[in-house]
Amino acid sequence: MDFPILSTITFLPLIGAFMIFFIMNGEEEIVAHNAKLAALWTSLITLGLSISILFNHNYDPSSADFQLVETHQWLPQLGLYYRLGVDGISLPFVLLTALLTPICILVSYKGITQKVKGYMAAFLALESFVIGVFCATDLMLFYVFWEAMLIPMFLIIGIWGGEKRVYAALKFFLYTFVGSVLMLVAILYLFFAGGETFDMAQLPELIIDPQVQIWLWLAFFAAFAVKVPMWPFHTWLPDAHVQAPTAGSVILAGVLLKMGAYGFLRLSLPVLPEASAFFAPMVFALSVIAIIYAALVALMQQDVKKMIAYSSVSHMGFITLGIFAATTESIQGALMQMVNHGLVSSALFMLIGVVYDRMHTRDLNRFGGLVKVIPLYSLVFVFFVMASVALPGTNSFVGEFLILVGSYSVAATPTILATLGVVLGAAYMLWLTKRMIFGVPQTAEVNRLVDMDKREIAMFLPLIFLVLLLGLYPNALLHLTEASAAKLSGRLGAYHETLKENKNHIIGKTHSMVTPEAATQKGAH
Amino acid sequence: MLNFALSHISAALPEIFLSASILVLLMVGVFSPKDMAARNVSGLSLAALVISFLFLFVEHQTFNVKFAFPYGQGEGGQPAGYFYIADFFAFYAKTLILLASSVAIILAEDTLKKLKIHKFEFYILILIATLGMMVMTSSTHLLTLYMGLELMSFSLYVLASFWRDNSKSSEAGLKYFVLGSLASGIMLFGLSYIYGIVGDLSFGTINSAIAILHAQEQHVLPLTVALVMVITAMAFKLSAVPFHMWTPDVYEGAPTPVTAFMSAGPKIAAFALLMRLLVEPFSALNEDWTQVLIALSLLTMVVGAYMAIVQQNLKRLLAYSSIGHVGFMLVGLVGGTIQGVHAVLVYLTIYGLMTLGAFGMLMLLRRKDVYLETIDDIAGLAERAPAYAFMLLLIMFSVAGVPPLAGFFAKFYVFGAAVAAGYTWLAIVAVLLSVVSAFYVLRIIRAMYFDKGSHKPIDMLAPMPMRVVVVGLVLFLVGYIFMMQPIDTISYKAAESLFFSASL
Repeated sequence: MDFPILSTITFLPLIGAFMIFFIMNGEEEIVAHNAKLAALWTSLITLGLSISILFNHNYDPSSADFQLVETHQWLPQLGLYYRLGVDGISLPFVLLTALLTPICILVSYKGITQKVKGYMAAFLALESFVIGVFCATDLMLFYVFWEAMLIPMFLIIGIWGGEKRVYAALKFFLYTFVGSVLMLVAILYLFFAGGETFDMAQLPELIIDPQVQIWLWLAFFAAFAVKVPMWPFHTWLPDAHVQAPTAGSVILAGVLLKMGAYGFLRLSLPVLPEASAFFAPMVFALSVIAIIYAALVALMQQDVKKMIAYSSVSHMGFITLGIFAATTESIQGALMQMVNHGLVSSALFMLIGVVYDRMHTRDLNRFGGLVKVIPLYSLVFVFFVMASVALPGTNSFVGEFLILVGSYSVAATPTILATLGVVLGAAYMLWLTKRMIFGVPQTAEVNRLVDMDKREIAMFLPLIFLVLLLGLYPNALLHLTEASAAKLSGRLGAYHETLKENKNHIIGKTHSMVTPEAATQKGAH
Repeated sequence: MLNFALSHISAALPEIFLSASILVLLMVGVFSPKDMAARNVSGLSLAALVISFLFLFVEHQTFNVKFAFPYGQGEGGQPAGYFYIADFFAFYAKTLILLASSVAIILAEDTLKKLKIHKFEFYILILIATLGMMVMTSSTHLLTLYMGLELMSFSLYVLASFWRDNSKSSEAGLKYFVLGSLASGIMLFGLSYIYGIVGDLSFGTINSAIAILHAQEQHVLPLTVALVMVITAMAFKLSAVPFHMWTPDVYEGAPTPVTAFMSAGPKIAAFALLMRLLVEPFSALNEDWTQVLIALSLLTMVVGAYMAIVQQNLKRLLAYSSIGHVGFMLVGLVGGTIQGVHAVLVYLTIYGLMTLGAFGMLMLLRRKDVYLETIDDIAGLAERAPAYAFMLLLIMFSVAGVPPLAGFFAKFYVFGAAVAAGYTWLAIVAVLLSVVSAFYVLRIIRAMYFDKGSHKPIDMLAPMPMRVVVVGLVLFLVGYIFMMQPIDTISYKAAESLFFSASL
């Protein structure tokens, strides 16, 4: 039997978390130091193992099937199996999670002084559950990881967060919990009404009555849309981001938001294509609203972190647009943009964290003129701002371009409106740069700032490298995702036809021609 | 002619042994020196429970259905009926009951000493209640049913007021007694209707008679009244809304060891009895009682979830929480399918151990012999006692039903059964209410982890067995994900066995 690499990377962090729990209580500094080291090494080993998947002779990027599959019995009477596997859609996020966790731990090296042991354990547990979400190919296992991830994140926000952390943590938990439990009912219904299987590889083969699909789709949508978050389910995100510690924001923006989009790609589109086609216009509308509305709101923020949080909502709008346009290019673009957003917005949150550690403020009016005081920091900041506004040569350019090109043929109007959002995105990011980096210092504190130290440079280097790599050589990622994206898109022939018909009827009766079945049912009402 | 051969009582050997040991233990208690009595009896009562389990286990090596205590003369020299049935379903429920009682006894000693009510009668009463519960799960005759029910209830009334110097405890006992007696009266009234209609008390005869009457549409109203009355009385015992009024007061007023005991075993026994009643004598009235159960479960879930949110006292909070759990279990019973019974059995297993763990934690958390009783008391617990706080965190997330903890799988089974039985809408309502119930769980965790409280240390002097048991319960909740297979298999057999016995 092959080495169970996926189980290893899924549970190694959890084992690390347990080990940290058993670090002897003693002098606080020593305990904290040991915990940090243990966490860093565990996450680095996990990262190394995850990267090794790329060179694993059993992993073939040109195949769209689940690979490195592990199947064990869990509770076969109820159809529960322990199934792990990765394909082009999930592997990038496994890698992203494995990359961001050690960076998060580095970020927290100085900022976290209270209960370091618990913090590190929570982060490793979080990594474990998130990797589990992306590796699970059994629906119930997926759900278990999906929900389990709430516990460490709730604690991270609530214990180590800012002033209003309790409110933010409760809001985060309850919002996502409501969505998830509805998904649980949908999963159960899918099981009993469908093929009595939780196997994600078999689910797309099921033929489900379109009327039923609509309800299932809505239940899944509740879980995924909250997580993405799509407008108008996004209100938990600014609170959670602002109150979470820097590393919490990084992992939230970098990975957790991608879980929702991943859910759309993994379940909504392939398993419920008719319902997806029915709701696609709504998703396009919500995406465009998210892009423009969140960009406008971001323009108005005084709190830098809140601004980046809203920019996340805006960027995720592009991603949902690309996903539901569902051409090979747009799915590829969405996957790429998910990774890009994971890299760039994480870096932006880390950059805010760097100055927050020094000045203990995030108020935009109190910065200014940073370029004269801390030039290296400013250079990195401007670099990631450019990456965020999708300057050619950076990764986001490729991602956004693919999304817009891929979506135009399917949904022209939303795409044009989304392009407007690109301009707005550039506006608030550049304005942010102007107010923060350039100009004159607004407070005396700014003049006392110290530039980044080696640890801080070290945590940005891999991100800078990846931004440039994916910007200049996007194939590094695209060849991983291509086969799976093409398979998903190829499966959706009927979906695209429905969307085309929709487009012809766009004025006045947007929803009237969906599928023959749905149309008759509509007539029956 | 009655023939008291061993084969006629062997099915009831565990109960017979337990009754005999209760008598012996009473003697031990009376004749031991005063300062030793309680200690002796506590150890021996644990031994009695273990030996009863061994009897039970030996009896049930085969999955046959056995009967005990025949009466009357039927065709061909066979007895007309039996008072007592011992099937695998009863075995499963009794195992849970014995386990819950044993755990409750281990958890109780320390706290009883602290409250200065460590008397040997406590253990005797627990054993009598346990006996009553075992009789309930095995009854196949209305007389046995009533006897078991009252045996359990009366011991519980006394136990609730066991801390007699405390006015709240006395109040709890009295309240419980008055309302419980009312419930018993309603039960008897319902049973008398059944006797009036059918002319027999045995479950099997009632079942076939009701099936015929139902088919002929005779006596519809009296039968419905009888059914509703029986379910009402059972709802009292289960503390299902709107018959839950006693629960918060009794849970709060009774000494915590008693509350722990009351929240686990009696719920298991009452559910086992309810399931037997619904599946055997009332199976023909399936459509009627499904409606009743839907209404009960909806009310119970709503009240349990919302009322728990506003509680300050942890015992009251857990009382409402247990009401909520009863509501979820009733969701599983709706439809009366074999999956439903299976789901409820799994739920009972997890719930019983979870609630014992929660109350066990309350008995561990004290400072200078004063127990932490309100949410404010546990503020900042993570600083003062990180290990206890973490254990309580795991228990509470399990109560909320967050995977990978056991509480999630309990809900998974129940909602799955509801969806499979075609009650998806009920499952949706139930999951949404489980979100509401997550809120009070988060309140507790918030108090422990996010809020600042006093920094005064918690007593860490609890005796080893008690700590080991609580840690074991927490480990069960965490490790359930790895032992789903055996529990699922055994409980499914138990559910099958219930339907098989009903068909005999």
